[in-house]
Amino acid sequence: MSPLNIKQGSTSHSAYDLRDPNGEVIEQHTLAVLVANESGVLARVIGLFSGRGYNIDSLTVAEVDHEGHRSRITIVTRGTPPVIEQIKAQLGRIVPVHEVHDLTVEGPSVQRELALFKVAGKGDARIEALRLAEIFRANVVDSTLESFVFEMTGTPEKIDAFAELMRPLGLREIARTGVAALARGA
Amino acid sequence: MANSGTQAMTGAEMVVQAMKDQGVEVVFGYPGGAVLPIYDALFQQNDIRHVIVRHEQGAVHMAEGYARSTGKPGVVLVTSGPGATNAVTGLTDALMDSIPLVVFTGQVPTFMIGTDGFQEADTVGITRPCTKHNWLVKDTANLAEVIHQAFHVATHGRPGPVLIDIPKDVQFATADYMPPPKAKVSHYQPKLKGDIDAITRMVEMMETAERPVFYTGGGVINSGPAASQLLREFVEATGFPITSTLMGLGCYPASGDKWLGMLGMHGTYEANLVMHGCDLMLNIGARFDDRITGRIADFSPNSRKVHVDIDPSSLNKVIRVDVPILGDVGHVLEDALRLWKARGRKVNKPALAKWWKQIAEWRAVNCLDYTPSDTVIKPQYALQRLEALTKGMDRYITTEVGQHQMWAAQFLGFEDPNRWMTSGGLGTMGYGLPASIGVQLAHPDALVINVAGEASWLMNMQEMGTAIQFRAPAKQFILNNERLGMVRQWQQLLHGERYSQSWSESLPDFVKLAEAFGCKGIKCSDPKDLDDAIMEMIRYDGPVIFDCLVEKHENCFPMIPSGKPHNEMLLGNADTQGVIGAKGAVLV
Repeated sequence: MSPLNIKQGSTSHSAYDLRDPNGEVIEQHTLAVLVANESGVLARVIGLFSGRGYNIDSLTVAEVDHEGHRSRITIVTRGTPPVIEQIKAQLGRIVPVHEVHDLTVEGPSVQRELALFKVAGKGDARIEALRLAEIFRANVVDSTLESFVFEMTGTPEKIDAFAELMRPLGLREIARTGVAALARGA
Repeated sequence: MANSGTQAMTGAEMVVQAMKDQGVEVVFGYPGGAVLPIYDALFQQNDIRHVIVRHEQGAVHMAEGYARSTGKPGVVLVTSGPGATNAVTGLTDALMDSIPLVVFTGQVPTFMIGTDGFQEADTVGITRPCTKHNWLVKDTANLAEVIHQAFHVATHGRPGPVLIDIPKDVQFATADYMPPPKAKVSHYQPKLKGDIDAITRMVEMMETAERPVFYTGGGVINSGPAASQLLREFVEATGFPITSTLMGLGCYPASGDKWLGMLGMHGTYEANLVMHGCDLMLNIGARFDDRITGRIADFSPNSRKVHVDIDPSSLNKVIRVDVPILGDVGHVLEDALRLWKARGRKVNKPALAKWWKQIAEWRAVNCLDYTPSDTVIKPQYALQRLEALTKGMDRYITTEVGQHQMWAAQFLGFEDPNRWMTSGGLGTMGYGLPASIGVQLAHPDALVINVAGEASWLMNMQEMGTAIQFRAPAKQFILNNERLGMVRQWQQLLHGERYSQSWSESLPDFVKLAEAFGCKGIKCSDPKDLDDAIMEMIRYDGPVIFDCLVEKHENCFPMIPSGKPHNEMLLGNADTQGVIGAKGAVLV
C-alpha cells in the first residue's frame, strides 16, 4: 500500500514510485526528453545510458523549437521498474535537460516511426510485394524494373510485421528512423 | 566603456574579472601554452592569489580541501591536454563526494580543434562523465555568462565539479563583459523545500518509533552549518541515537552522548547493530553506499526508512524507502523540527529507554579495543595520542586512503562540520597531502594535520614543494607500516596470505626528505617518545613530515566483510578464519 497516496507510476513525483519492488518484470518505456539544444547534449544523454549500463531500443533527436533552442529526444528503453525510475532521475539531473516525460505511464500516446524498405524481385514476388504494400498503406518512392523502395509510417510493430512479410519477397535493406512519440489529447 | 556595468575586455581578462565578481580569493593552478593569456591577466592584478602547484592533480585536491573546509567553491586553472587529463582524478573525486569546484582549462585555438594539435585533448569529452556539467566556450561574447552559470551549477543542488574549456583565441579576443546580475543562471534551480506531506509522515513515524536511528551523511555538511545545528537540536530533543557515514563526520559532535560512532564496513559495532535492528531509519543526506549497506537483501530488514536527499537519483537507487523526501537537508530538517514541536514533541519514551539499554550492551563490547604494546607503536595508539594532544585546538584533519583513514575516522573525534576532509566515494590515494595544503591556505592559523599512510602519501608528495613555497604549515602525520595496509589485510583474509605487491620497498628516509624539501622531519618508533614527538610537530612553525613507524601487520577492525550483513561483523583477528566467501571476494 502506498503510504503517500500517490498514484502508482506517477512521474511528476518520480521519487515516489511505490510499485512492488519484487515485480522484477522488464518493461519497455518511451521517454520524451526536452533539452537545451547545446553542443554535446546528445553525448551526455547517450553517455549516461552507456556509462550506467542502461539499454536503448531506439533513439530519435531533432530540434523542435529553433528560437527557444530546444530539441526533443525520444528514447525507447527497457528495464525493471526501479531501473526505469532511475533512468528518469538520472536524465533529469543532466543540467541542460529541461523535462523528462515517461509517455508509457503518463497516459495514452501516439508512437510513429518512418521506415524505407528496398525490395528486389521479379514476377509473382514483385506483384505480391506491391499488393502487400497497398494493404499496409506503404508508398512507392522509388521504382526500377527489378526493385521498389517502399516508404511506410506506423508503429514499430507494424514496421516489424511488414519487414517480416517482405523478407521472402526479396527484402534487401531497411532504414528506420526510430520512434517519435507524443501524448494524446491537449 | 559600454553602458551600465558592461565593459569591453579580452576573454582572459573576463576570466579574472568573473572570478573577482564571484568572490574568488585563491586559484590553484599550473600554467601552460593554452592558458598563457589568463596567466598574463592574473599577473596584472593583486586581488586573486594564485597557488602554483607541482602537478595538476594536486591543484584539484587542494581546491577540494579548500572547498570542503570553507563551504565555498574551489577554483582551479590548468592548461590544455596533459593539464586537463591530470585533473581528471580530482574531478572524479569531487563528483563522487559532491565537492563544488570550478575548473578552467585552456584549449587549442578554435580553428585547430580536431586537428590533433600540440597539447590538444577532447577535454569536454574526457571530463563529461566526471563533472556535474562542462562547457567548451567558442565565443568570447558568451564567456562571462558561462562562468557565472558554472559557479551557480557547482554550488546549487547537489554540489559538484564543473569545467570550462577555453580555447586560446577566445582568451585573446575582445567582447563586452557581462556582470553576474545580468547572467541568466539557467533553468537550473533544484528544489530545496521538501514535500510537506512526506515530512509530516516522517514526523508521525518519529513519534511512535520504538527503535529509531538518525543515519546522516555528507549532505548535512554540504547543506551548511545551519543544517548541522538543526540536526543537533533534533537529536537532543528527541533523544534518538545518531550515526554517520565517513563523509558526514562532524555534523553531530563525537562527544555527544547520542553519538554511536561511524557506521559501515569499518564502523562501530553499536552503530551497525543499531542500523540492523532499528524499526525507523532516518537517512539524512546519505546515499546508501555499498560500504554502508553490506548485503542489500539483509540491510536493516525490519525498519521503515525515510530518505532526505537533494538529488532525485539518490532516492530509491539502492534501497527502496518508505518515505523519500526530495529537498535540501537544512530546509527539510527545519520543517520537520517545527512540525514535530507543533505536534507536541512526542516520542515513544518507554520504548526509547529500552532501545538505549540495548545500545549500552552493544557499546560495552568496546569494539575499537586493540592489543596494546609498549615496544611498538600501534597505529590506533598513535591516533589516540594525536587526538588527546590536539583536542580543543582549532584543528582540521585530512587523510589519504586506506587503513589509516579508517582508524582516523574511528579514533579522532569531530565536534564540528567542515573539519574532516577525506576521499570517500572514489577512495583516492594521494588526496590528503594536497587537500591539507588547500585547507591550510584557507585557515592559515589553524592546526592542519594530514593523517597518512606512507604509500598514499608518496603518490602526491611533490606537493610538499607547494607547502613550503606558500608557508602552509600542514603537518604530515604518516603512519608508516611499510605496507599497503588495507590491501595486505584483504590479502590476508581473502587471498590465502599471498601478499602480492602490497609492501613498500625502497622507501625514502622521510626525515632527510623533509630536509631536502626545506621543512622539518621527525621520526618516531618508540611509544614512550610519541607524545613528545607529536608536541614537537604541533609546535614547529612550518610543515612537518612525521614518520611514525607503526606495527606492520595490524588489521583494521571492526570489519563487515563484503557481501555480509551488518550483524555478521568481525571484531578481531580471532573472527577472521574463512569468513569471506567467493561472492564477497568479488565485491572487494
